[in-house]
Amino acid sequence: MNIGKRFSLRTTLKSLFPKNEGLHKNDFWLALVFASPWLIGFAAFAAYPIIQSFVFSFNNVTVTAAKGIIQQPVGWENYVNILTADPDFIDDLQSYLQQIIIYVPVIMVMSLLIALLLNSLKHGKGFFRTIFFLPVIIASGPVISLFISQGVTSFQGLEIDYAALSETVPAFLVGLIKTLITNFIVILWFSGIQTLVFLTGLQKLDKSMYEAAKIDGASSWECFWKITLPALNPVIVINVVFTVVIQSTFSLNPIISRITTDMYAVGKGYGYACAEAWVFFVVLLSVLALFVLIFKSKRIKRSYQLQ
Amino acid sequence: MKRIWRRFTSWLSSLRDLPKRWKGWKHFFRSIAKGLVSFVKWLVLPTNEKRAPIVTFGLMTLLVLLGFVYVYPFLYMIAYSFMGPEDIVNPLVRFVPSQIVFTNYIEATRTLNYTKNLGMSLLVSAVPSLFQVISTSLVAYALSRFQFPGKKVFFALILITFIVPSQITMIPTVITLTRIKLIDTIWTYVVMAAFGQGFRSAVFVLLFYQFFNQIPKSVEESAQIDGANPFVIFWKIGVPTAIPAYLLSFLLSFVWYYNETTLASIYLGNDLTTLVTQLLVFKSTYEALFSGQNINEAVYMAGTLMSILPLVVIFLVMQRFFVQGIDKAGITGE
Repeated sequence: MNIGKRFSLRTTLKSLFPKNEGLHKNDFWLALVFASPWLIGFAAFAAYPIIQSFVFSFNNVTVTAAKGIIQQPVGWENYVNILTADPDFIDDLQSYLQQIIIYVPVIMVMSLLIALLLNSLKHGKGFFRTIFFLPVIIASGPVISLFISQGVTSFQGLEIDYAALSETVPAFLVGLIKTLITNFIVILWFSGIQTLVFLTGLQKLDKSMYEAAKIDGASSWECFWKITLPALNPVIVINVVFTVVIQSTFSLNPIISRITTDMYAVGKGYGYACAEAWVFFVVLLSVLALFVLIFKSKRIKRSYQLQ
Repeated sequence: MKRIWRRFTSWLSSLRDLPKRWKGWKHFFRSIAKGLVSFVKWLVLPTNEKRAPIVTFGLMTLLVLLGFVYVYPFLYMIAYSFMGPEDIVNPLVRFVPSQIVFTNYIEATRTLNYTKNLGMSLLVSAVPSLFQVISTSLVAYALSRFQFPGKKVFFALILITFIVPSQITMIPTVITLTRIKLIDTIWTYVVMAAFGQGFRSAVFVLLFYQFFNQIPKSVEESAQIDGANPFVIFWKIGVPTAIPAYLLSFLLSFVWYYNETTLASIYLGNDLTTLVTQLLVFKSTYEALFSGQNINEAVYMAGTLMSILPLVVIFLVMQRFFVQGIDKAGITGE
């Protein structure tokens, strides 16, 4: 029942940055020299903009060529407007949630499945690996939206009467099913890097553990659940974080394109867009926490600790 | 596959001998059935070392099917891009064009203003990637090889830069960049990359961190005893160890910069166009260029293919390094 222990910033960070043995003890100044470009960049292009945009979100910001930036404090007005008087934003938020709820589990399962398949091959591993990694070069670009609009990425010939379906099933679920079917290939295409990371993880597993389990009479199925999955736990966390963040900050994500267009929209502007971005950030954080929590299940965690 | 075929043919060739040892029909059918049963048994049952051949066969089939699903859009795009206007409207022509048309490519190349935008694309991808790789490897080295208080905070900060959507930081960054007069030039990309805040730089910090972690302490110690200072150790030990990481990061960063459209239109302005930003306005450019002609899907597909062609070439040439980089990184968390 100890949710705080299972999911916390600390455990996530531990998975992302495993411990190491560095040589230089307490060499703060030397480390600072190495890290200084990053720190300067962080201050200028991350910390300052984050604070500034937080300030902007409570203002009505107009940019004019003559006077520069004009800020009018409006308090919580932007946030209130977004959450109560902007149906477009809520719509986009909903379609984003629909997308992410479908995409992340499917990407995780498919990439693990493909990695398992590839790992079991003796010959032709390189060839298949190339095929499954190929989409990475396009999946991050605008080409993918072209595919979606052409209908290349859906199962052709699979016609489902969504209207009939929505009579029996809640509308949200129908939306989920529709997203899954119309975007199946796109979802597969987003799983290139994750597949490769899983494959690497699988290749590094200790073979002797499986032999020992086999001698004790474990089937391949049991081996998968009791050895493979727990050992892959850190990789799973990395992949979940990666998938959620990449999918959420993707340029073609409905909510991202809404924020970008609202920046220049009449009557909205920078301040409003900043507030939108912050609302979205809170949603993104909760989605991330939710997924890390789900994929880092208690059972897996416990058997991992046993090793 | 080969195993199954060999086994099958050996069974067939054993059938060839049957007429020589003819002992009546009953024996004939029985021996055929026996052979079949033993073949199926061999196929389905695993031996103590290997898994059953049918399983291998099934796995192969599944992989081939999945692989087909992956490359299907590519094939579709290639087939379509060679079609003439008649083929597109003809419902009977689905995959093989009735005649191969190259004019699509010529028109697409002109619409994209290919040579100019290709050069620009390569420039805005390669230069920032180079700087990004250098700055992220430096900070990763600091995190990996030095012990200092507040390291966890550092990790959290890196994670924050990854999670915060660039939309949050975009506007103030644009204002800052305008103030230092860099906006609408390639220097926006370069400066941000050089200071470790390039596009998705946290991923690369993570990757380099994993690589530098693999350096044994003893190697570093012996270098120190030999009188090497930390910078020499970084240059002589750190960098060579992480060569696969450098390659992978450079390639990934290249691909991501190449494909970026939102940031490109905001930081680079409207005058600096790349192939992908040009692809977004393909339709209007085409109609302005070939006035009176309506754009058809085939030209669009040809344009799309042309715009990703450099990436495909780079990928096919360098794919070994992509795979190696991820392979050698200790992302698995040993």
